[in-house]
Amino acid sequence: MPKSMSVVREAIAGDEADDGMAERAVAEQVAAGRKVLPIVEAVVLVAALVAPLVLQDYLTVFATRVIILALFALSFDLVWGYAGIMSFGQALFFGSAGYGVALLARDLDITNILLVLPAGTLIGLTFALLLGGFLLLGRHPSSVIFVSLGTLTGSYAADRLARGWYYLGGQNGIPSIAPMTLGAYEFSEGPPFYYLALGILVVVYLLCRFLVRSQFGLALAGLRENEQRIAFFGYKAQHLKAIIFAIGGAVAGLAGSLYAFHEGFVWPNMVGVVVSTQVVLYVLFGGSGTLIGAVIGAVIVEGVSFWLSDNYREVWPIILGVLLLLVILFRPLGLISFVLGERERVGSFGGKSRETGKEKRDAAP
Amino acid sequence: MPLLEATGVRKIFGKLTALDGAALTVGENEFHGLIGPNGSGKSTLMKCIAGAEVPTQGKVSFVNTDITAFTPTERARAGMSLKFQITSVLPSLTLYDNILLALQAQSSLFDLVFSRTRGLLHDQVMTMLTQFRLADRAFDAAAALSHGQQQWLEIAMALAGKPKLLLLDEPTGGMSLEERRVTGELLQPIKKHCSLVIVEHDLDFIRDICDRLTVLDQGKVLASGTVSEIQANKAVQEIYLRRA
Repeated sequence: MPKSMSVVREAIAGDEADDGMAERAVAEQVAAGRKVLPIVEAVVLVAALVAPLVLQDYLTVFATRVIILALFALSFDLVWGYAGIMSFGQALFFGSAGYGVALLARDLDITNILLVLPAGTLIGLTFALLLGGFLLLGRHPSSVIFVSLGTLTGSYAADRLARGWYYLGGQNGIPSIAPMTLGAYEFSEGPPFYYLALGILVVVYLLCRFLVRSQFGLALAGLRENEQRIAFFGYKAQHLKAIIFAIGGAVAGLAGSLYAFHEGFVWPNMVGVVVSTQVVLYVLFGGSGTLIGAVIGAVIVEGVSFWLSDNYREVWPIILGVLLLLVILFRPLGLISFVLGERERVGSFGGKSRETGKEKRDAAP
Repeated sequence: MPLLEATGVRKIFGKLTALDGAALTVGENEFHGLIGPNGSGKSTLMKCIAGAEVPTQGKVSFVNTDITAFTPTERARAGMSLKFQITSVLPSLTLYDNILLALQAQSSLFDLVFSRTRGLLHDQVMTMLTQFRLADRAFDAAAALSHGQQQWLEIAMALAGKPKLLLLDEPTGGMSLEERRVTGELLQPIKKHCSLVIVEHDLDFIRDICDRLTVLDQGKVLASGTVSEIQANKAVQEIYLRRA
């Protein structure tokens, strides 16, 4: 047994395994298992890069919206998939940032991308810090019910507030937001905005991946499996949760500000319960606890709704609902679990090949 | 001053009085066994000390500090650690990551985010794994371990933060005779720097490794003393040993 383990370690370290056939097979399985995620990520990236070249213009506009929603899905995945915080109010951070940048554009004529996107991110972060501080930073751990009802209420209240507040445009929201600019250049709908959104998604994705694969991610993995155990080790579990909740809020804010400029208007639904629930569905459908699952979920749910609503005008929400139910019933880890094993889903943390090599040396009997 | 002193601990669940003025005193570097028939309140007392339950009444002091109202995190940071009765290693993580998870609990956020802990604590992780005879399986998932090995991993995790006091709830539950013997061997060396409170059904195991015993019956302390004192105690023989 020890010997086969050292083979696996060598496989992980990328060294050559020169042991027996059976052991080599194990090593190959492990090595093969480890490759699934990067392959899925690469396929999705390539598909995303070529999409505007093959899609008609109106579909590229739709695809841009999906990319932005995928960014939004990442924010919920960080919070729920990685930290086990059930946020039913993620739209609060998405929508409030959208409203924030819409007001900047309308009242102050600020549309520079270098100002509005950081501003939107900051708005999401601030609201998440406030709400997260209130819901998560008690002396004792808050229950899942408390947090989910708290976030739900926050989202609902923001929706009502936006509907009733004349300054925010009431029921109609804020229409005809000026396009986002960089100097004299205007980001218009179509390929330019698409590639901007995709670039941002890739950068945020990589940052998220760095975070969840760090030792902070290891602490989160412990947290979502057994919060009490983590606290008994001496972790400040509530602080960890508040931090990831705030980061999730910031990402949602970034997505929300992009969305506002892409659609050209913001309206109360954007902070409300419907959008909050929608993002939950993306992540459950695609596979929570994997970043690529959130992206795939957003793409498929939005894509299927788009196609269904075109072809089955009356009954499409029912078909979509049944599809979602089937996935959640039979694939609780989402579509990604068809290709991804549990071991790879949880993954490894911060292991550089250099360190793995060191581990191998020290561990070898 | 004793390391741990619990006095007059009462715990009432609805109509059930689980603990009725129980007490426990543990000195430094002392292995203390907590025994008693089923339902005598051993586990509840353990939970009140560990902070998993809040006593209805009574006081728990640890290193001269009243910790009755401390949260689990605060207790851990004061130097108390515990192993749950039900194994709670993280099954999908490797042994290495399980230990590292326990070791890095008090690291700064910066060290965690930039994974500096993995380099800084590497030697400690391997030392812990070697000490508990798990080093050759460092990169297996914890789920692949035998039940006994999972218990050892969990004890190793509980010891990772260099606690002054370790609370062990039934460490040998479900173990083979050989595994029990090894568990005893594994625990001996920690006596140099750590006290131990053990709840355990296996009286031979308790007798072998403990210095002192406290016997609970119906939520009260029946007797407390050295192992030989307890063995000679008539009331204990009557109420506990016969029933067991």
